[in-house]
Amino acid sequence: MNKILLIIQREYITRVRKKAFVIMTLLVPALFAAMYAVIAMVAGNKDETMHVINVIDTNQVFKGKLQDQKFIKYQYPAVSLQAAKVNLKSQNDLVLYIPANAGDTVKLFSKKKTTLSLGDNIQRELNDIATGAKLVKAGIDTASLHKIKSNIVVKSSEITDAGEKSTSMGASYALSFAGAILIYMSLFIYGAQVMRGVIEEKTSRIIEVIVSSVKPFQLMLGKIVGVGLVGLTQFTLWIGLSAGISYLVGHNSTNSPVYSFVHNLGSNAGYELGCFLFYWITGFLLYSALFAGVGSAVDSETETQQFMFPITLPLLFTYILSVSYLFMVPDSPLAVWLSIIPLTAPVAMMVRIPFNVPGWQLGLSMVLMIVGFLFTTYVAARIYRVGILMYGKKASYKELAKWFFYKE
Amino acid sequence: MLSIRNIVKQYAGHTALNDVSLEVERGQIFGLLGPNGAGKTSLIRIINQITAPDSGEIYFNGEKLNQSHIGRIGYLPEERGLYKKMEIGEQMIYLARLKGLSRDEATRRLKIWFEKLGMQTWWKMKIEELSKGMQQKAQFVATVLHEPDLIILDEPFSGFDPVNAEVIKDEVLELNRKGATILFSTHRMESVEELCDSIALLDRSEKILDGRIKDIKNSYRNDVYLVEYNGKKIDDDASQPFQLIDEIADDDDCYRVRVKLKPGSTSNDVLQYLIPKVHVNMLQEVIPSMNEIFIEKVNKIA
Repeated sequence: MNKILLIIQREYITRVRKKAFVIMTLLVPALFAAMYAVIAMVAGNKDETMHVINVIDTNQVFKGKLQDQKFIKYQYPAVSLQAAKVNLKSQNDLVLYIPANAGDTVKLFSKKKTTLSLGDNIQRELNDIATGAKLVKAGIDTASLHKIKSNIVVKSSEITDAGEKSTSMGASYALSFAGAILIYMSLFIYGAQVMRGVIEEKTSRIIEVIVSSVKPFQLMLGKIVGVGLVGLTQFTLWIGLSAGISYLVGHNSTNSPVYSFVHNLGSNAGYELGCFLFYWITGFLLYSALFAGVGSAVDSETETQQFMFPITLPLLFTYILSVSYLFMVPDSPLAVWLSIIPLTAPVAMMVRIPFNVPGWQLGLSMVLMIVGFLFTTYVAARIYRVGILMYGKKASYKELAKWFFYKE
Repeated sequence: MLSIRNIVKQYAGHTALNDVSLEVERGQIFGLLGPNGAGKTSLIRIINQITAPDSGEIYFNGEKLNQSHIGRIGYLPEERGLYKKMEIGEQMIYLARLKGLSRDEATRRLKIWFEKLGMQTWWKMKIEELSKGMQQKAQFVATVLHEPDLIILDEPFSGFDPVNAEVIKDEVLELNRKGATILFSTHRMESVEELCDSIALLDRSEKILDGRIKDIKNSYRNDVYLVEYNGKKIDDDASQPFQLIDEIADDDDCYRVRVKLKPGSTSNDVLQYLIPKVHVNMLQEVIPSMNEIFIEKVNKIA
């Protein structure tokens, strides 16, 4: 036991100390912050220059009716369109030409390109006025019309045992996606780290020194747990740093995406985070055992292809299905089955978690995850103990099966 | 110290060890000899509990070999290797701790060894920054740092330059003098006669010879003597106490011949016969070298 701790310690410390780890840990939240900053900048980039709009209204229908706004000021010079165009001085002044014939196009002239929102603004204003005028003409009282105009906002609520609670579909989808993508990527990234670690020990031939001191199983387990802890550390730092950065960027305003996201998760955050951790850990144990088995069977990373494919196939398949289809039908039979089979459950279940999974399905899936990782660890360990001492032997599936049945 | 009894190890398709038994006594330097593929490494791996035999038993100091003995064995595998990216000092301490040493004790001993072998400046270096010979030296230190009772060296001198090989040989001898039992495998016979007290010869999964070197050599004495003399050439005749086997050199009137004693006669009889006739420069028993015994044994079975 003590020896496993030693191995875990070494695996963890050598990885965490690496430059690549530090860089990755800092880079991801930095990218996140940069992305957030760009979004904030785009969203906050409102047109704040004063625009003076010279309205040339041939029929004088709109005269005095256009409402000045914060950055838009309407004026009605009594000049011709031609003169008004020539008189444009400032870059921010415009000429709005409304032709006599209502069917003709209304035109907006300026010295530089107008923004979309400015054009929209003016268009909405004109339409409202024109509609109002037509309604009056048709004998409809616009004042009472304004009164009956409804302003409906749909707010979805979910009925639970604890009473009704507001839900946000957007946040659920986002969580679904984020969970599936995170698990999918990290199983690959950290699983591959375990595999590379095994190959490194094999090719550097230190393996024989180590297994003369510890049992191969202890070494394999120590490596898997060590790398797993590295993964957890990285995740914790990422989440912590990202949250910290967006908190700073968002100035604690209730408008910040992080605030609204966390707010929408509400009381479920603990449950969702717990499920994420469970599936991350068991999924990692399950897959990294397989990766370790593969690593032990080959002499170099280039030889891993033939074994990697069948291992990664269920993950890839579930991932693609999840982000393209399953999140829309989280209770379909396919989604249910995929979330119960241990090889696909970590990704598939994460997709379903935000949409209230029945207790028995979650329970069954979790039990099977534990059974699954115990099983893959057992199989991988039997292959591993033989594989690590085999050099220059081209491992085939037949060979692996033989190794599995070797006695000690 | 180490008693190996009727070990059988089979891999799919072939037998690596077939009913091999050996006794290694405490304080011995024991040589495990044999051509490549004879089963030496298989046996060493079993002693190190890296693999288990299909049948047979091993006793370590009278106890059945088990995990508690791991810390008392030091193993230098034939395929040397260390973590390439890890600092040497840290790596040596890690390996020693896996053998059961505390961090402080490992550090203390490592400092002594580094000083002894002139490696003080290596502490913070990574293995990949060292030459191959330096790596081997470091690995040797890792093998003996936990002061094992039994040191197992698989082809210990391959890969060392002559100077370092000598340094390592001296260290091995010193450890042996301090009480460590050494078991090493090799296919280089020169080192065997120089170092070993006892040997076992493996060939094609079987032990074909074992015992003390002295005894083995004695058993291979076959009353052949080398004689060098000046004077008249001696011809074969029935009255001689020996038979002439062959003539090795003939330089003017100096002859060198090999003779085999006739049953019942001794080397003294040979001298008594020769002294009146010629001037004897030398009479020496021809004892086969381990190399010759090795080749003869292996060929005889083939």
